[in-house]
Amino acid sequence: MRHIISVLLENESGALSRVAGLFSARGYNIESLTVAPTDDPSLSRMTIVTSGSDEIVEQITKQLNKLVDVIKLLDMTAHPHIEREMALIKVRVGEAADREEVKRLTDIFRGRIIDVTQQTYVIEITGEGSKLDAFLEAVSPFPVQEVVRSGVMGIARGDVALQL
Amino acid sequence: MSETANSSTAITGAEIFCRSLQAEGVDVVFGYPGGAVLHIYDALYRQDKVSHVLVRHEQGAVHAAEGYAKSSDKPGVALVTSGPGATNAITGIADAYMDSVPLVVFTGQVPTSLIGNDAFQEVDTVGITRPCVKHNFLVKDVKDLATTIKKAFYVATTGRPGPVVVDIPKDVTAASCEFEYPESIHMRSYNPTFGGYTGQIDKAVDLILSAKQPMIYTGGGVILGKGSEALTEFTRKLGYPITNTLMGLGGYPSSDKQFLGMLGMHGTYEANMAMHHADVLIAIGARFDDRVTGNIEKFCPHAKIVHVDVDPSSISKNVKVDVPIVGEVEPVLRALIKALDAANAKPDPAALDAWWKQIREWQSQDCLKYDRESELIKPQYVVQKFWELTKGEAFVTSDVGQHQMWAAQFYGFDKPNRWINSGGLGTMGVGLPFAMGVQFAHPDATVGCITGEASIQMCIQELSTCYQYQLPIKILNLNNRYLGMVRQWQEFFYQGRYAMSYMDALPDFVKLAEAYGHVGMRIDKPGDVEGAIKEALAQKERLVFLDFITDQSENVYPMIPAGAGQNEMILV
Ligand SMILES: Cc1cc2nc3c(=O)[nH]c(=O)nc-3n(C[C@H](O)[C@H](O)[C@H](O)COP(=O)(O)OP(=O)(O)OC[C@H]3O[C@@H](n4cnc5c(N)ncnc54)[C@H](O)[C@@H]3O)c2cc1C
Ligand SMILES: Cc1ncc(C[n+]2csc(CCOP(=O)(O)OP(=O)(O)O)c2C)c(N)n1
Ligand SMILES: [Mg+2]
Repeated sequence: MRHIISVLLENESGALSRVAGLFSARGYNIESLTVAPTDDPSLSRMTIVTSGSDEIVEQITKQLNKLVDVIKLLDMTAHPHIEREMALIKVRVGEAADREEVKRLTDIFRGRIIDVTQQTYVIEITGEGSKLDAFLEAVSPFPVQEVVRSGVMGIARGDVALQL
Repeated sequence: MSETANSSTAITGAEIFCRSLQAEGVDVVFGYPGGAVLHIYDALYRQDKVSHVLVRHEQGAVHAAEGYAKSSDKPGVALVTSGPGATNAITGIADAYMDSVPLVVFTGQVPTSLIGNDAFQEVDTVGITRPCVKHNFLVKDVKDLATTIKKAFYVATTGRPGPVVVDIPKDVTAASCEFEYPESIHMRSYNPTFGGYTGQIDKAVDLILSAKQPMIYTGGGVILGKGSEALTEFTRKLGYPITNTLMGLGGYPSSDKQFLGMLGMHGTYEANMAMHHADVLIAIGARFDDRVTGNIEKFCPHAKIVHVDVDPSSISKNVKVDVPIVGEVEPVLRALIKALDAANAKPDPAALDAWWKQIREWQSQDCLKYDRESELIKPQYVVQKFWELTKGEAFVTSDVGQHQMWAAQFYGFDKPNRWINSGGLGTMGVGLPFAMGVQFAHPDATVGCITGEASIQMCIQELSTCYQYQLPIKILNLNNRYLGMVRQWQEFFYQGRYAMSYMDALPDFVKLAEAYGHVGMRIDKPGDVEGAIKEALAQKERLVFLDFITDQSENVYPMIPAGAGQNEMILV
């Protein structure tokens, strides 16, 4: 099963490679991993999307907790939560008709065009991974030049919070 | 390069290193110098509280530090230079990681300004060691040095122990600052379990007392957690049978009648059969290693399992358990004993009687028997004689191979911390440097190193260290002229195709020992074994290398072949 694990860790050089190294050394799946410092600059928050049986995910959380740089973690999957991912997509739109149609699709998906040239659009779109997949599918008839996906971020709904 | 500090009380990083070690109560460091650590060596030279042992290869330094730690209640400390010094130390660090040995390994590093430049003798030590340490640090500022050393000792010795590497660039050892060693340390990201979580104790006691065919299975955690006294009291109170892993030997007195010997691949028939038929398994400080479980599908098919371990990730890793207890063995065992005393129920005497009857029947197989009439020296006989002649009181180290298994099977350990070997990584070459570390921790004790002619050659250079420091180690080389453990597998599973398992062109070990300044003896008749060991033990001041020419074809029995269940042993 797919799990989203959010991790608070020391914002220190090397902390990220400890986590990445753990996943490769122990052969755990890693679908996506995002990381950035939090409002407290001594902390980083990481969101890892992984998959595995209950036993494996239990081991993953135990092994993550065992890393000395990891302070706290939360398996979002156990709680109602929100997931978001962002994509930046560059599409070639030389023909006027194409420009119309791509603009329309972007609006339908509540995306935004954030860069325009004679030949290209850059589209920004956020949502769950499946929405991004659907959008990419929708624009696939057009020549998509570049796709950048941020990887998933997650946060629990309501009172549940991952904090110190 | 050195930063001039304003205050007159400022001292250099190298001095801070020494003062921090003194504050930690370190009495000996095993190491080898080089460019990146010269400031540190100079500072060590100018003080006399921490002594330094010069090994002959950095691998030896780390193994010696392990031997010191495993046989005492203090962490081991090693010091090596950057680049090749650090890479030579890796095997020892990995070995300590697998066997949870508390170590602090200091590595020199190129100056901070050169890091990342492919500088002379630069390697990314923190990167290379990351997967085989409990934690590691790169100290970039002299102001962080004392606190980092404090953290390193704290992390290495608490919770599940393990090796910690501290990488110190050369300019940090030259720079100065005020020195203050922290009294205590708190790390928000590291909260090891102290004591035990008692919430599950009652549940565990109910299960333990309901058993009809109970089995206690304990491991290295009992030794690491100093739980052997509590374990003995707990086990005697219940009257249940007990087995130890290779790493757990000495955790329960082997001469006791409740002890069924070691379990696992080369464990006894009775221990493995009792595991297989147990209805309740009490696992304490053991990690369900594949050498113990055999085929996991067939492991303890009837048992409900209680598991006590300080590391949550050891619990339900390989085998799903029914009552997990996260905690240190000692306090958890004390809590269990208290709860047993308070419980109304008692173990079912009739069921226990029948169970012991069954176990005695398995024991009557005499699974460790060997030919005592042989014309050739049987390796088992050498170990048994060494055990008799040292009254089971020696510290025994071993290398890796058949001789290791015979040492485990035939030297009866009644006390913890006496059996020092490499279980998890299975590192050939550890035996001699382990013995050096043990001898430094116990200068007056008898230290035996039971080894093989292949393993001993992997760190043979340490004979020179032994001479320099006059370490009176007794080396028992069970010389079968084979990579015996490899040969055994080839005999059993590769139709006797002995690919590269024959040790051709062996050195004359007697002359070799003598060349290093020691006493060498070759023994090739069973009748001479006892006399030779006595003579060696009588040489209290000298290292004696006993080269026993043993029966080449001897195999280690019993054996659970890979993939088989615990009840599917190959017997003699
Ligand atoms: C050639 C060869 C053959 C081998 N054959 C066998 C064999 O037949 N039988 C066998 O048993 N092994 C054998 N081994 C060794 C095997 O590979 C493992 O190293 C060994 O079984 C592990 O022992 P353990 O379970 O006691 O764990 P250890 O590695 O000793 O781990 C200790 C466990 O205790 C926990 N712990 C540590 N401190 C505490 C504390 N204070 N409180 C609570 N828990 C704590 C740790 O978290 C860990 O889970 C062999 C090795 C070699 C090289
Ligand atoms: C460093 C290392 N290399 C290889 C092995 C694989 N190995 C395990 S036992 C063994 C043979 C050991 O021979 P010896 O020391 O003579 O002991 P014996 O089995 O003959 O008693 C080998 C090669 C190992 N454990 N460690
Ligand atoms: Mg051999």
